[in-house]
Amino acid sequence: MIRIGAGQGFSGDDLRGTREIVEDCVDYVCCEALAEFTLTGMSRERQRDPNAGYAPDIAAVATIALPAVAQRRSKLVTNAGALNPEGALQAVGEVARTLGIDHLCAGVVLGSDLTVRLPELVAAGADLRHMDTGESLDSLDDVEFAAVYLGAYPIVHALEQGAEVVITGRVADASVFMAPAIFELDVEPDDWTALGRLAVMGHLMECSTHVTGGNFSGPWWDLKGLDSIGFPIAEVDDNAQTLLTKPRGSGGLVSRDTVKEQLLYEVGDPARYLTPDVVADMTSVQLTDCGDDRVSVSTSSAAPATDTYKVIMSRPAGWSAAVGITYTYPGALAKARNAKTVLDRRLERSGIEVLETWVEYIGAGGLFGEADDALDPPEVVLRYAVRCRSAAEAGVILSERLTGLSVGGPPASAASGMGMTAPAPVSEIWPTLVPKNLIDPGVKVAMEVL
Amino acid sequence: MELRLGDFCQARSGDKADVANVAVFAPTQRTYEVLLAQLSAERVATHLSPLVRGSVVRYEAPNVFALNFVCQEALGGGGPRTLRSDMLGKTLGPNVLRLTVDVPDDLLNEFEMLRPPR
Repeated sequence: MIRIGAGQGFSGDDLRGTREIVEDCVDYVCCEALAEFTLTGMSRERQRDPNAGYAPDIAAVATIALPAVAQRRSKLVTNAGALNPEGALQAVGEVARTLGIDHLCAGVVLGSDLTVRLPELVAAGADLRHMDTGESLDSLDDVEFAAVYLGAYPIVHALEQGAEVVITGRVADASVFMAPAIFELDVEPDDWTALGRLAVMGHLMECSTHVTGGNFSGPWWDLKGLDSIGFPIAEVDDNAQTLLTKPRGSGGLVSRDTVKEQLLYEVGDPARYLTPDVVADMTSVQLTDCGDDRVSVSTSSAAPATDTYKVIMSRPAGWSAAVGITYTYPGALAKARNAKTVLDRRLERSGIEVLETWVEYIGAGGLFGEADDALDPPEVVLRYAVRCRSAAEAGVILSERLTGLSVGGPPASAASGMGMTAPAPVSEIWPTLVPKNLIDPGVKVAMEVL
Repeated sequence: MELRLGDFCQARSGDKADVANVAVFAPTQRTYEVLLAQLSAERVATHLSPLVRGSVVRYEAPNVFALNFVCQEALGGGGPRTLRSDMLGKTLGPNVLRLTVDVPDDLLNEFEMLRPPR
């Protein structure tokens, strides 16, 4: 049996949970650090500073995990390298030196960053069509970054070469957790049944507390200790089936009801969940409550991996900014609607070009895209967001709010406002599929002794 | 008896670029059959139409008594671009739980009603 602990479900995750996983003496601490949003942020960091481009909290994670690695208790696998895995390796090396660790074998998985390779891929036949809409990409000129979701095997190769720490770029979420089990169980790349089982395990683990009671839509009021919610641990048996649990004494809940929510999270067709390594079948999974925060995850079927990798690109989409203003009884919603009209007209008169606006009446159904007059809530927040071509244009919404609504608008808004968002650059995500044979040669595993 | 889905079902939603999925979980086999019969993709698409601009496709996961609705053009352009305060579509799940279905009375003893504390 091999024990895999989730050390992170996103960059910025709660390090208390990471510490608890390391203290639990799992065989592998696996960290998933790269939401679509995170990778876009990393690419902006890299534009400012070529040494950036990896998740900055990798140093904090390494500080927690490296002592256990040095004592040969655990190994660390993380995709926090994002667009600069070698930079992330250097950061981890510095942590090792600070901790007085003089020997550590680290592997780096390269080849995920395709930003400069795009023209070459197009020349080789990749059409880069949008995988959801089918649109074709009109130009490569404004692509901010392109990253392929690699599978588990490059990590497996690093482990085979003796790596105790593996740092990768954009490896698919589930694959980060699958790799140690593939390595330990010696799973062949075409053993679809075993890979399907491990993909389900990896998918359940990849969002940390999202499977241990976080964001639970069942009777959440019965959950104990959400302030110290435990990160998940997968105990994988020789048949690649999993028992899912969490550190003893931690908060939250591992039950059939918390686990099933994560089983379908961010899933399209549940019978064909695509990963780089295998097509998993979420409808063939049997979840059984074993009590005491233990759920048995038994997966029966899977299909061969497809011949494409997913690639994510981003392109600049201008700047956004938002203001929020709170109105109260009497007629809170009517006041918010009136203020919205004031802002509409003032923005129109200001002469800026607004590409898009989005208005929410929070407290009156705004998050459902509605504004229900029958509710007559005691207070309503008008949230007014704009997207423009430039930061200066987007910023006009802030000054118009101040000059138009602080004393000159409908009666009595709370002075501090709510949810004010200064102009920030935004990006459009462009997901596409690229034939695997165009990618594999670029994947390198570099081994370093720190 | 007419019930809101939120009275007895779980739901979770997630994002991939501008696509969102909403999974709705019934507590038992027979209540799952109620969802199969009454919770169509068209109904969900109409209900979410202020937010979801594209098509909605329904998938079945009978092993966990769930229907999974995959919604295109659902997030105002996707997380890194959207102007919405719910950038990642996390509230689409609870939104769908506002829909009602007619649950036969003889199924009412199969589950406990979900009643958040007041």
